[in-house]
Amino acid sequence: MISAVQVGLRVGSKGLLDDVNLEINAGTFLGLVGPNGAGKSTLLRLLAGEQRATRGAVSIAGRKLAQWSGAELARRRAVLPQQSAVAFEIAVRDVVELGRLPHESLVSRAQNAAAVARALQDADVAHLETRSYATLSGGEQQRVQLARVLAQIDGVPAPALLLDEPTASLDLSHQHRVLQTARRIAEAGAAVVAVLHDLFTASLYCDRIAVISKGRIVADATPTVALDEATVKSVFEMDSRWVEAGTRRALLAFKGDGSP
Amino acid sequence: MRRAAPLVAAALLAMALVGALALGPLRLPVGDVLGALGQLAGLSLQADPQALAVVGSLRLPRALLAALAGAVFGLAGAMTQGLFRNPLADPGVLGIAGGASLGAVSAIFFGVASLSVWALPATGFVGGLAAALLVSRIARSDGRTPVATLLLAGIAVNALAMSLTGILVYASDDRQLRDISLWLMGSVGGATPLRIWILVPFAALLLAGLPFFARGLDALMLGEREAVHLGIGIETLKAGVIGCVALAVGAVVSCVGPIGFVGLVVPHIARMILGPGHRLLLPVSALASAALLVAADTFARLAVAPAELPVGLVTAAIGAPFFAAMVARSKRRLAL
Repeated sequence: MISAVQVGLRVGSKGLLDDVNLEINAGTFLGLVGPNGAGKSTLLRLLAGEQRATRGAVSIAGRKLAQWSGAELARRRAVLPQQSAVAFEIAVRDVVELGRLPHESLVSRAQNAAAVARALQDADVAHLETRSYATLSGGEQQRVQLARVLAQIDGVPAPALLLDEPTASLDLSHQHRVLQTARRIAEAGAAVVAVLHDLFTASLYCDRIAVISKGRIVADATPTVALDEATVKSVFEMDSRWVEAGTRRALLAFKGDGSP
Repeated sequence: MRRAAPLVAAALLAMALVGALALGPLRLPVGDVLGALGQLAGLSLQADPQALAVVGSLRLPRALLAALAGAVFGLAGAMTQGLFRNPLADPGVLGIAGGASLGAVSAIFFGVASLSVWALPATGFVGGLAAALLVSRIARSDGRTPVATLLLAGIAVNALAMSLTGILVYASDDRQLRDISLWLMGSVGGATPLRIWILVPFAALLLAGLPFFARGLDALMLGEREAVHLGIGIETLKAGVIGCVALAVGAVVSCVGPIGFVGLVVPHIARMILGPGHRLLLPVSALASAALLVAADTFARLAVAPAELPVGLVTAAIGAPFFAAMVARSKRRLAL
């Protein structure tokens, strides 16, 4: 669904990404992990079509990004940025409704309203609906933004969803909840890519992990394969162990014997 | 409440217009005003001849010019605030008023203004447009125009225009000084049907773009990247807003002078009442600003009759206390 072929990005003499190949099919939830400055968010920007690659190309549904119009693309893929400052005093519901902007002239008012209601529920912000966005906490704001992008892909067959650190400012329970939602959306037919920092939740919910280090993809496989002990050690400088977490397995990372 | 806002604003404008036509040295009954309007519109032929003359040749052009100018200021102000994502922006940030003032003051200083009644509006229009072009030219790089750069470029160009205007004012003689300061305070006294017809296409340009602008500015509330992700052609939107605002405000300022406050405060008040959605905000700002300027001009004609106050002073005097009251009321919500 989303594919990057030999994608590279150079800004001036600095190479930010080099020879990145990714194929994310519908139904896949891919976690993009890597240390700070490795190029995760940059790659997400290229996948979003926000920045043009200097080499190679990104396609969505078999069509290169350059061949999509902005409006067409907006009806197929949604992007959750890392941080969003909203201008003016705006109600939560109005923020989420803006997610329907690309569709509003094409579907009925009732369908748009239903999509907004579902998105508010899925991101667990329905109770904040009438609040002013600016008065919310950072984590609540992030969930409202998530609701906005969920509203944007509501009813879209095989959409692409790109999430840049969707769990960054969330409490523990909501971190899990958001990733569960992302996984559910992937299972319903979306191609979901999320930049994540926490290897525990990433390994628990993603069905594929791509590890980026210094602008290159060094591992791209199921979590247990991609995040083997050697990779985690060399890329993150962390020791690690797979543990049972409920009915699934997740990666526990730690440093040395844990002493300061 | 939100749905009814355009109707309320339209009703305010209608009341302001009837007031503007009825009030003056000769006070006309509302019936005579409506009769005169009916005859002017070709609907009836039984208007009072005196009312017909006063309304048709004196008060109507002036009221219409005030309404048109107010609508353009309000609409342009709301659009500029949306573009800059800042409730304190007004078309002045783009250098339009500064450039138009420099053009007009130059025309007065160099004596061009006395050659033809069109010389001053023409130089004002050219000055405003040139300043806006210069601002967007300075801010543009790699085919993109970041709004933060635009704001800084606007400050630079405005400062330059103001200092050049200041030099001309400093070097002016007494008579020029009086003309200059009167122009700078703004007036809709020079209304003629021709001037109104000239402004109509400029106002129509803003109105025609309204649905497109409202959609784009709504998405822009979320941020530039977010607007792009929602399918908005952000550079087209910016160029469109800047271009249309520069043309329309440039044309209006060159006709009536830099009447401040309307474009800043009316959209601001409208946003406090209606929320920031531009589909409602833009038309309501236009109608309410038109109503405010018509009412302010009526007051300007009546307050010190038979003399007249400059209308720009009146808009500030009416608007400022109202604005202050609104700010005080919403202080708690603003202090975030």
